[in-house]
Amino acid sequence: MAQASETPLIGETGSASGESALDGARIGVVTFPGTLDDRDAARAVRIAGGTAVPLWHADDALGDVDAVIVPGGFSYGDYLRAGAISRFAPLMRRIAESADPSAGAGLPVLGICNGFQILTEAHLLPGSMIKNDHLRFRCADQVLRVENTSTAWTAQFTDDEPITVPLKNQDGQYVADAATLEQLEAEGRVTFRYVGTNPNGSRHDIAGVSNAAGNVVGLMPHPEHAVEAGFGPDDATGMRSGTDGLTVFTSVISSLAGSTAGPDPAGGAA
Amino acid sequence: MPRIVVEVMPKPEILDPQGKAIASALPHLGFRGFSAVRQGKRFELSVDGEITDAVLAQTRKAAAEMLSNPVIEDVVDVRVEDDPAEAGAGDEG
Repeated sequence: MAQASETPLIGETGSASGESALDGARIGVVTFPGTLDDRDAARAVRIAGGTAVPLWHADDALGDVDAVIVPGGFSYGDYLRAGAISRFAPLMRRIAESADPSAGAGLPVLGICNGFQILTEAHLLPGSMIKNDHLRFRCADQVLRVENTSTAWTAQFTDDEPITVPLKNQDGQYVADAATLEQLEAEGRVTFRYVGTNPNGSRHDIAGVSNAAGNVVGLMPHPEHAVEAGFGPDDATGMRSGTDGLTVFTSVISSLAGSTAGPDPAGGAA
Repeated sequence: MPRIVVEVMPKPEILDPQGKAIASALPHLGFRGFSAVRQGKRFELSVDGEITDAVLAQTRKAAAEMLSNPVIEDVVDVRVEDDPAEAGAGDEG
């Protein structure tokens, strides 16, 4: 299931040249039947300076990847429950094994929207999503606060940084029992929280959470849709100029490179 | 041939947005006197051959691990029912 390996064409985001020192970061992007946002996620990886590796749900091996993104969409048409069937894909078993922190370094895994739902169904993240409290599909730019900057996917944000990224879902109401919510709060595992309006009735305004080790993160909004000037949310600099989501992808690449700095500007660009 | 019916409901403490919407729509159509609605799922599992205790045990496991998500749902019933279509058609082979 090869995808077109297009490179960034448009936008002046100061993206890495494609020949940076971090080119070695290989980030797998999983495609299930019904996945929608795999190409956007792969594009975000490339704009951030990494190499996107297409992964097919039926594959039984992860191959040579340093991190994995489970992107958004409606895998298996949301049959049974959102993410419930995808959880049993052969590749999900390999991802769960590699992401287990007790088994080694713990592969960084990011679930976006339907990918978040899949990671909860796979028990890689706590809680679950039910239908939005207002029952409607909501598509809007949403402000989030990044409350934990120690995960592989948020290391380059500043503490409590507000970011604006698109949100688009119908089953986005995060729920968990009281004990789980208390534990998530106490351990600082609410990675992203809705600011201003709660768009779907999520408990504690939770937009995204991490596992205890911080290598697995899931969120309902879409950072991969806010990585390229001209195609993101409106921001102070102009219409559709928002690229707040890009930091999610540069964070994991820098975490993999063992660096706390951004892409190396001296990284051998021609 | 009998079949196994599994019923799954949202947990009592989970607000059921769909049920709530149905409850508020009922009076618009003149159906009055209902104070609440909760919407669940019914699964019908057909079995080739006899429904043994082992088959039922496997069904309960599938109900707990796949047909429901214990974070948000409860399995409220697993039972054997006669297939009404076949019951009406008389015996088979």
